[in-house]
Parts: sequence; C-alpha cells; structure tokens
Amino acid sequence: MPAGRDRRLTRTLGVAGIVGIALFVGAAILALALAATGEAAGTRDTSGVFDAPVFDAYVWRVARFTLIQAGLSTLLSVAFAIPVALALARRRSFIGRIWIIRLMALPLGLPALVAALGIVGIWGRQGVVNDLFALLDLDRPVAIYGLAGILVAHVFFNMPLAVRLLLSGLDRIPGEYWLVSANLGISSFSLFRFIEWPVIRGLLSGIAGLIFMLCATSFTLVLTLGGGPAASTLEVAIYQALRFDFDPPRAIALSALQIMVTAVLLLALRWLTPPATEGFTTGRPVRRFDGRSRTAILADILVIALAALFVATPLASVLVSGLASDLAKLALDAQVHRALATSLGIAAASAALSVALATAMLTTRQILLSPRRPGRFAHVFSGSVAAGTSLVLLVPPVVIGAGWFLLLRPLGDVARFAPVVITLINTLMALPFVTRVLAPAIATHAARTGRLTTSLGISGWSRIVLVDGPGLRRPLLMALSFAAALSLGDLGAVALFGSQDMVTLPYLLYSRVGSYRTTDAAGLALLLGIVCVALTILGTARESLRERTS
Amino acid sequence: MTTTDPTIAVRLENVAVRFPGHPAPRTLLFDAAIESGRITAITGASGSGKSTLLNLVAGFETPDAGRVSILGEDATPIPPALRPVSVIFQEHNLFAHLNVATNVGLGISPALKLDGEDRERIERALRDVGLAGFARRLPPTLSGGERQRVALARALVRHRPILLLDEPFAALDPGLRQEMGDLLAALQEKEASTILLVTHHADDVRRLADRVLFLDDGKVALHEEADAFLRRTEPAAVARFLGARSPAP
Repeated sequence: MPAGRDRRLTRTLGVAGIVGIALFVGAAILALALAATGEAAGTRDTSGVFDAPVFDAYVWRVARFTLIQAGLSTLLSVAFAIPVALALARRRSFIGRIWIIRLMALPLGLPALVAALGIVGIWGRQGVVNDLFALLDLDRPVAIYGLAGILVAHVFFNMPLAVRLLLSGLDRIPGEYWLVSANLGISSFSLFRFIEWPVIRGLLSGIAGLIFMLCATSFTLVLTLGGGPAASTLEVAIYQALRFDFDPPRAIALSALQIMVTAVLLLALRWLTPPATEGFTTGRPVRRFDGRSRTAILADILVIALAALFVATPLASVLVSGLASDLAKLALDAQVHRALATSLGIAAASAALSVALATAMLTTRQILLSPRRPGRFAHVFSGSVAAGTSLVLLVPPVVIGAGWFLLLRPLGDVARFAPVVITLINTLMALPFVTRVLAPAIATHAARTGRLTTSLGISGWSRIVLVDGPGLRRPLLMALSFAAALSLGDLGAVALFGSQDMVTLPYLLYSRVGSYRTTDAAGLALLLGIVCVALTILGTARESLRERTS
Repeated sequence: MTTTDPTIAVRLENVAVRFPGHPAPRTLLFDAAIESGRITAITGASGSGKSTLLNLVAGFETPDAGRVSILGEDATPIPPALRPVSVIFQEHNLFAHLNVATNVGLGISPALKLDGEDRERIERALRDVGLAGFARRLPPTLSGGERQRVALARALVRHRPILLLDEPFAALDPGLRQEMGDLLAALQEKEASTILLVTHHADDVRRLADRVLFLDDGKVALHEEADAFLRRTEPAAVARFLGARSPAP
C-alpha cells in the first residue's frame, strides 16, 4: 500500500529530525558539562561546579547586569508602548495610520547589527541628537555606549512589538463598547479604567515576559553597544570568555547560568501567558467618541509622532549613510563577494533544513495524532516536537556554539567546521518561528485534503506535486523566507566561529565597524538591512494581509 | 423654529446621511415624526438604513443635512451622553469583565461613584427584570437573554424618556425572544417611555409595536399604525417582510 510507505517514510524523517536536534544540542551541553567536571576535578575543591572559583564576582556581576538591563528594557518598552497603542487604537482613521503600524513591524526583520549602526547614527557621539544639543551649545551630552545604548536599542526593537501586540488586543474590544460608553457618558479616564486597562493588563504579563526573554538573551546589541566589560550580558561574556580570554571554565559557568535564567524565564512565560480568549464580535466597525477635545488630539498626535520618530530615525540613518557610502566600490570588493556568497549559502541551507525538519516533524505528528485514540508513542513524539523546536529558546545559540567550540577544538582549527555548525545553529534558531508558521497550515491542509487523497490513492511523488505542494506552497515560502532573513542577519553563531576564511555579511560588517571603516560599514548595513527586511516582509505577508482586510 | 408638539418625541426633518461606499455613494434620506409614549418598530430589508436612523437619534451619526430634534429640542449640538436616550444593541451591551451590578451602576454614575441609595436602585432594577441575586455574576456566565435583561436594567436606572433598541432580540432563541418582548412591553407600560425598536422580524412587530416605520432603500416608505401595516399585502417589499403570503386570488 503506497500510502503506507509514505507514512513510514515521513515517520522515519520526523523521528530522525527530533533525534538529530537532540543529538546536536545534547552534544554541546555534554561537551560543556564534561569540560566543567574535568575542571572541577582538576581544582583542589571537589565539592562541585557551583562552588568552583569560576563562579567569581565577575560572573555574578554579569548575571546581575543581564537581568537588570532586561528588566529596565522591558519596563521602558512597555511604558512607551502603552500610550502609543492607546493613541493608535483611539485614532482609527488618520492619513498614514497603516504606514505607522507597518513601521512598527519593520524592526522585527532588521538585523540587530544594522539597527545598532542606525542607533549610533542617531544617538551616538557624532549622531543627530548630539548635533542638536551642540546647536544649543551643549557639549554632546548623550553617551550611547553602555547601559543607555543597550536600553535604547532594546526599546527600538521591543516597543514596536509591544505596540502591535497591545493594539491587536485593543482592536478586539467590541465596537459596541464605545457606543455604549458614549451613550452612558463615560469619561476618558473611566474608559481607561473600565475598558482599556483591563485589556492591557490581561496582555501585559505575556508581553513583558516575552520582551524580558528577548532582552535577557540579546547578544548582538549588547556586543556592539555595551562598550566594555562593565555592561556585558551572559551571552556576550560567553563569547568573550571563549574568543578573547580563552577561559573555558568561565564560559561553562556562564553557560550554566544562562540556561538556568532561560529555563526560569520559559517556565514563568508559560505561567504568565494567559490563554488567548478569542472573543467574537459582531464585526461592527469601531467608531469612537472619546478623546475629541483639542488637548486629547494633540496629546495623541504627540505620542504617535514620538514613537514613529523613535523607530524611523535609526532606519533613516542607515538609509542615508548607506546611500552616501561608496556603493560602487563595495560592489567590486572581492571580500564582499565572498561574504555574500557564504551568507547566502548558509541562509539557503539553514532555511531549507529548518523548513524540511519542521515539515517532517509536524507531518509525522499529524499522522500519529490522527487516530481517534492516539497511542502512547504519539503523545511522546508530539511532546518532543514541541520541546525540540523550541529547544533553542532554552539553550541559546551562543551556548550551543560554545559547546561545539569546545568539542571541535581538539580536532584542529574550529573555523574548518564553521559553515556546518553555523548552518545547524541557524537552523535551530529558525525552528520556533518556522513551526509557528507551518503548524496551523499543515493542520488545515491535512484536514482539508487528507481523506480525499487517501481515498483516491494519490501518494508518493504525485501527492507532493498535485496536492501537498500547491496546498502548502505559500506557508512554506513564507517560512523559508523568514528563516533565511534570520540566518542572514545573525551574528551570534558566526561571532564564535568566524575567521579570515569564514566571513558572512554580518561578520564582515562587524569587523569593518571594528576597524573604523565606517563608510564601508554603512553600505554593507544598507544592503543587509534591505535584504533582511524584504525577506521578513515576504515571510509575514499573510499577517499584513489580514491587517488590511480587517 | 418649529413649535414644540408634546406628542412628538423625535422628529427627523429632511435628514440626509451620505455614505461614500461603493459601487456608488449612497444617500439616506429620512423625514418622520415619532410619537412619544409608544413603541415604534423600525423595519425594512437589511441595508435599508434602520440602524443609521437609530444612530442619528443616539448621536452616533451626524446628519449631512437636515435636522434631528428630540423632545422638541434641536439635537445637533448635543453629545450622545447628554441626549435623553438609552441604547441597547444586539450584543456586547455589557462590559464582559465587570460584574452585573457594576454594569448597571455605570448607568447611574459613569465614573462609578455610587452611594447606598444607588446600590438599592440597582437591586430594584435587577429585580424588575427578574435578575434578583445576579449582582455579582460576570456577563460571560449569563445566558444571552439574561445579558439583555441586565442591559434593560441599566436603561431603567438611567431613566431616559426614549429607549433605542437595535435588534435587541436577534441573538436570542424564540422562547427567550417572547420573554424579553413581554418584559419590554410591561416596562413600557409602567414607565410610559418612547421606544424605537429596530427589528427585521415580523413577529416583533405583531407582538410589540404600536406604530411601524418601514424603510426601503434609505427612505421612509411607510409610517402607520401597526394594525394597518400588518394587514398589508402590498407593496411587494412589505409583503416580503410580513412573510410573503401570496395575495388572495
């Protein structure tokens, strides 16, 4: 029975995928653990790793700073986002509203390194903000490197994210509420208290948890804007411990702390995220009668303009300095060609691999769970798919990289293995997102076509060409495009393994920034930014489509 | 300045509302005088402008031309909250995260500053709609009919002389429709309020309405006593609305 062969093949691939992920991450953790116990055994104190002197003041300071900057970033992002989301929800139809909402989606696709350059262009010592202060005869008071820079960058990425999440929550408030409120004469303050705040409060814990998680594991922004050991997070410290100090014990201690932090955060997130309540509305267009006073309108304009300016200026800075750079020279630069080729190769390979893995695992889960009473194996597998695809959230890329770095070092120059390891790490990084795009698509597709194709006996290649290919083409392309953008913009994995012979575009950009070839950097940043944003827009096309039609 | 006629609760004088929509822009044109102290059913096919008419009275819609006056007063400059009207929609009349008493209390004080006497009024209103003891319940735990009765209780404590109902029974099943209808009729008798009831159900007209305002293509096609309206076999739009009984041979 050919359909049975299909199933067996899919099942084998799905299980192989899970096992592969587990082996890849497990090997890294094992390498770290082995190195750690070896280290502990080597020291006089054998009472355990955590008492070992590697957990010195520096490590704890880094851990504390990681949490403090994440906390502050979260607080600032959310505090900034709430008034912006309220104002955007209140003003339903001004010219350019849709563009401001789209602008809020842009940072999502922008490589962190590119954003960092844009932020320096605005807030840096030679940036626009300090130029303005200089006009007032003040001596360039804004210093970007350090905590301030990290906070600005994290707010740049996460405030828009929070705005979009809050706005979609506020938009789900039934239109009748505003009419009833207008009829009852409920004041703006009471509206906030009785209607808007309960919605925001419901979303807040989940949003804040997500942002905290993103900021606690942020690597590139801290690396580029931290400006020294005083402002270093666990991830950056791991990188520095391996790459500069070559101090594996410290890297291991930091990695252990990092995994503990992310584990606690992931548990907290599961706790915090309230079940999504999909309240149905009668689809009545929202018309609001509050905030019609001149001060209210002015305040909203101010808030929206401030947010738009804050997000748009670094983007504009990247664009302007990129266009001002010598693009022709860059286009002829052999190093750029090589970096571009390497980046594209890694991006293509990791995107294809993550999409293939996700498809195999999700389809297998679909097959296993389809009987009315799925077996024990089905439940175990389904659980491991969920765990496997989000494993990279628990064990961040830099930690996996550190493990493989230690594992491969005895075999010679780690740079030799770099392309494979980077590709695999990028694959893992993309998996949570790819799964989120593909899972609902595959479930719907199976429900729509599963029985029909089986009853018609369509199987094997013809099933892929006739049924699954056309049915899943859009979500597959979206997932590919998003995964490619993620890989193209990634500096975390390549930072550990990069070398003269192993240069990706972000790595080249980073080294040109480091060697003060700023015009080159500006041009590269523009190129990288445009490619990644374009791919991300393709990868999230369905969302924006829904936005437009609703 | 028109002379004030106490028997007229709402007057729409050549009120025009233009919609930019496609394929072509549409203009609704209303001209009617609605008697006070009676239940007027506003009916017609969907898209005929029933809800727009109600929104004009409630203040959710501003006329592009003409004038709406309520209880003899030009309503144009009056914001929705200050108009002598209460509104009940088909759904979402209650804030889902606030309990029943709070939802009713917002009808007394929109900032929810309530004293002991106010709380008693809330209790009484809930009793009047048959929901004594429901004060602490949250709307999602109530049935659709119960939620609509809470909305009615809130309208009661507000004491506005005009009640605007936009398909208030549409989400209820037949038994509950009947129940809500009876309750509405009883309350109307007690309070002698003016009720405008938008409905697309001929049954609601038979059971509740004293008068009928029939809209067709954005204009008032008929405005007459309910009895006369219910006997009609023409025009075709009305016959269709009343259940398409074939005319006698």
